[in-house]
Amino acid sequence: MKKDEVPQQNAKAFMGHDKLLYAQDSDGRYTRVPSSGWEAEEIVLDQAIAEFERQAADAWRRAKTGQGSTLEYHMFQERMDLVLLAQSTGYFKWRVRRHLKPGVFRNLPARCRERYAEALGKTPEQLDTLPDQPSAQPPDPSPYQSPLQSDNS
Amino acid sequence: MNATALPSGAIGTPFDHQQSAHCESGAISSLLRHQGLPMSEPMAFGISAGIGFAYLPFIKFGGLPLFAYRLPPGQVIRGLTKRLGIRMHTRRFKRAADGMDALDACLTAGRAVGVQASAYWLTYFPPDMRFHFNAHNLVVHGKRDGNYLISDPVIDIRVECEAEALQKARFTRGVLAPKGLLYYPEYIPSKMDLPGAIRSAIRRTTNLMLYTPAPIVGVRGIRMVARKVRKLDPRDEHGNKLLLGHIVRMQEEIGTGGAGFRFLYASFLQEAAEVLDRPRLADLADRLTDVGDEWRSFALDAAKMCKDRMPMDYALLADQLQRCADAEDSIFRQLRAAAK
Repeated sequence: MKKDEVPQQNAKAFMGHDKLLYAQDSDGRYTRVPSSGWEAEEIVLDQAIAEFERQAADAWRRAKTGQGSTLEYHMFQERMDLVLLAQSTGYFKWRVRRHLKPGVFRNLPARCRERYAEALGKTPEQLDTLPDQPSAQPPDPSPYQSPLQSDNS
Repeated sequence: MNATALPSGAIGTPFDHQQSAHCESGAISSLLRHQGLPMSEPMAFGISAGIGFAYLPFIKFGGLPLFAYRLPPGQVIRGLTKRLGIRMHTRRFKRAADGMDALDACLTAGRAVGVQASAYWLTYFPPDMRFHFNAHNLVVHGKRDGNYLISDPVIDIRVECEAEALQKARFTRGVLAPKGLLYYPEYIPSKMDLPGAIRSAIRRTTNLMLYTPAPIVGVRGIRMVARKVRKLDPRDEHGNKLLLGHIVRMQEEIGTGGAGFRFLYASFLQEAAEVLDRPRLADLADRLTDVGDEWRSFALDAAKMCKDRMPMDYALLADQLQRCADAEDSIFRQLRAAAK
């Protein structure tokens, strides 16, 4: 890739920042070139986020109608799945699968709830609630847009 | 060193922040530069013999197999320091509080420290870039008012992170759990055999790419993925699109420097050509760049097909992968001979 071929397509996921690529200058020497985004990357990133959002929305509907637990919604909301949640709690998959059932989750001992809450970065009380709208965004807004220290940008 | 001074009231050390393509090679090369050893990111990556290819169908991410364009996390630092005789101080922790105390102790001693963390819990990441990947690397070099001052290799500016978020990120559980890993170079030998390290690394890389006795690693791994893509069942288009999108993300997105580390490695070969005084390596760098361009055109076509901007054509994508495999086969063979 030549330096002037490095895509500069202002990916919205980068929020105005650049990533770094290595590309060749006019003499063929490799050099470090910032890139503001590339169509191909943006498409596949959007696809991955859309899949998280689809899963969260499905789980939200199931929880709303009582077919699923609020825990399942919060799992997808934090961009996890069964495997990841099992790994980050240390529980076996079959156990998590069972805990995801609404009846089982409702009667889960406080100890287990705390473990899930910790893995998902929430309080045990939050796990019982359902927001008005489903989302698959990390909960705390990123301060990235207004960097605290931008002395070298 | 043009490190910016620490803000007033902070503990730690001034640190020269330079953006990198890849987190691990970026973190270790900037730590080494911080200690006065000139080391570019491509050189660090090349000497670590970090480049590779592996298709691991039994490791799943969100139900999709792992496609790796490099060695597993941790191997860049290990390979590099081993070949150069650098001794690293590394520590993992059982209790999060101990891990945070040890980090603070390093900063009080005026040290910059490499840290492993989950990318998801680092609040300074843009929300769309936050995924559950436990092996992200960053350098902590200061602390002020409960916030850590961070030089994150893949980010273009200096950032800060609240102590609580950093602790969560350093102590997530699961695959590749960081367990609070922190590291810094403890001893850097005054004399190093750089040409020897380069030759040994190239031997290791070509071994991996050409002669690994498993059909899922190296050039044979690329061929296997090409066959797999050719044989995808057209009836499951949603699933196929997720798979292709996943391959492209592994290749381009996760700090690879473009084309699954191929450009980064080509840049290393150019530097190596000068150190070893072998212009042949620079020619091979140009050829590897061409393969990188082929990988990128595969990525662009696959992405467009995912978005229905191009008719889905598995054979076309498989042919592109096949060409990458053939070209890399020939390049790494010649590289092996040229670096002897």
